[in-house]
Amino acid sequence: MLVLTSVDTYYGNVQALKGISLHVNEGEIVALIGANGAGKTTTLHTISGLLSPRRGAVAFRGKSLAGRSPEAIVRAGVSQAPENRQLFTSLSVRDNLVLGAYHLSRREKRRSLPGTLALVYGLFPILEERARTPAATLSGGEQQMLAIGRALMARPTLLLLDEPSLGLAPRLARTIFDTIPKFRKQGLTVLLVEQNARAALEIADRAYVMETGRVVMEGSAQELLNQHEVQRAYLGRGYRHVLDGK
Amino acid sequence: MPIWNPRVETMPRVDLEQLQLERLQVIVNRAWDGIPFYRRRFEEYGVIPEHLRSLEDLRLLPFTEKEDLRRGYPYDLFAVPLREVVRIHSSPSTAGTPTVMGYTKNDLRNWRELVARVLCAGGVTKEDVIQISFSYGLLTDAFGFHQGAEEIGASVIPVSAGAVEEQISILHDFRTSALVGTPSHARRIGEALRDKGIPRSSLHLKWAVLGTEPWTEEMRQEIESLLGVSATDNYGIAEVMGPGVAGECEEQKRGLHLNEDHFLCEIVDPGTGEPVPAGATGELVITTLGKEALPLVRYRTGDITSVTQERCACGRTLARMAQVVGRTDDAFVVSGVRLLPAQIEGVLREVDGVKPHFEVILDREGGADTIEVRVEVASGIFDSAGGEVGYLVRTQNSLRQRLEAALGVAINLRLVEPRSLGEAPGMSQRIVDRRRTKGGESGPVL
Repeated sequence: MLVLTSVDTYYGNVQALKGISLHVNEGEIVALIGANGAGKTTTLHTISGLLSPRRGAVAFRGKSLAGRSPEAIVRAGVSQAPENRQLFTSLSVRDNLVLGAYHLSRREKRRSLPGTLALVYGLFPILEERARTPAATLSGGEQQMLAIGRALMARPTLLLLDEPSLGLAPRLARTIFDTIPKFRKQGLTVLLVEQNARAALEIADRAYVMETGRVVMEGSAQELLNQHEVQRAYLGRGYRHVLDGK
Repeated sequence: MPIWNPRVETMPRVDLEQLQLERLQVIVNRAWDGIPFYRRRFEEYGVIPEHLRSLEDLRLLPFTEKEDLRRGYPYDLFAVPLREVVRIHSSPSTAGTPTVMGYTKNDLRNWRELVARVLCAGGVTKEDVIQISFSYGLLTDAFGFHQGAEEIGASVIPVSAGAVEEQISILHDFRTSALVGTPSHARRIGEALRDKGIPRSSLHLKWAVLGTEPWTEEMRQEIESLLGVSATDNYGIAEVMGPGVAGECEEQKRGLHLNEDHFLCEIVDPGTGEPVPAGATGELVITTLGKEALPLVRYRTGDITSVTQERCACGRTLARMAQVVGRTDDAFVVSGVRLLPAQIEGVLREVDGVKPHFEVILDREGGADTIEVRVEVASGIFDSAGGEVGYLVRTQNSLRQRLEAALGVAINLRLVEPRSLGEAPGMSQRIVDRRRTKGGESGPVL
């Protein structure tokens, strides 16, 4: 469904992505894990059109996304829930959600909005409870749910989630991660960026590990959970054996 | 006929190539950061990971040779700490130091899956009782097939490479339905059955999955007839993994499907190292995709073959390699020209009436190298020629001209009776070099 081939993205003269190749098949949950600064968010922004790749190819359903505007990419079916939520804090929960469908025509909205809202409220019941309250009054976890809900309002086929657990207490992060697999049943494909490698690998089918702008590991989630370097660097195992001779 | 992993084995080639590119970039990135041997090599060649933008860029990377593994004895080329290595195999080497292979848990899991694909392509299912007649020990064949067979769920009998009598009594008593071993071993078993008068009907054999030595179509037919089986070829190399690199599909038996999601294969000219045109014969070079303990970049296997991407009627989209026709170290030099027996075989296969069974006699006369090629002809050709000597002479002349054109040197050609050349089991050619005792240039090129 989504294919990136040797993508190079720059911030000015600084090369943030060095030959990133990855793919996401329809119906999969694929995780992109790695430390801060690895280039994960840059990768999502390159897909969603906020950044343009200097070299390489980005294809969604066989058609190139490179150079297209973010709105066109949303219309094509790709929606992003950005890092740090980026909600309209003075607007109500419901208004934030409705804005997620901004790009639809009036007629499309009339037709699909109630259904989509019902879907989002079904996944995140607390948002329905708080529908009229300003987004600023929500807890961190509820704000994250709102950000994801808003992305879902665009009725995407590919959902890009950027660090959904960032800044959340473990229990709330758990709730978010428990909800993501449910998206599959709605016909969604998910590309999930996460610093919390364990949580991401537990719900993903496959994953890519990024370090300083390059992919350094790929495989099924199970393989990566078993991989010692992933365990050491990202899953917190094995610090006693830091020095070892062969 | 079932396919073990249809998602991969029938993957559209464009998706397969994307997968290969992703994994190639991963291995180059990791080798650059984490494997000193490869970091040094890449720097020597002026390559950085960023240069790998497409599969074609593979040719920018340096080769890895068996000598590199020998020099790294035992563990220098391992990419992971030893405590992550859960299996160690070793391959003896005629030149002295053996090569050592390591496997992590993930490597073992992948190995099992790849061998399962090969066995499944050869007809084996979980209903089968499978007899492993490779020697259990440091070599990779026995354990490789054993694990793959267990993965399929067949009933595995680890007989090892015991005497023919023992193999036969187990085949009979344990109701073996699939035999795994070498072609010559299978033939010996078949011949023993025939000589002892044991009828095929008293056995339950259906499949023979055979490999690790070159064998001919004729030998396959002999084995299939003697044992009452459908026999398939498979290919593996210990350094790259073991068995499981490629296997024939039992339906078509026209080429061995390569597990390309784990092995990126190239065919190169053994002399220059340049890629050859699609479908041409040359040396098989393999880059492992996804091996953790011992990743290999552009490993020169020394095996001569060709690869085709043409779709197979079995439905698999994985490219097929031809049966290995020889090794690069079979090469010999005549009058300064480096020749491979595979070149001679190639010409013979194209000519009616001759078999690709031949012998090369290298000699020295009057200070110059001479080469005589003795070729077996099909039985009956001497008879039909009896009334027509001209026919035999014309065949001989035209064959000699074709060989000289292919090899680039003048040769003496003799057509001989079928089965009159010395029979090395399964071998279609022999090189006899008499020059050593006479001084002058001699011996195979290393």
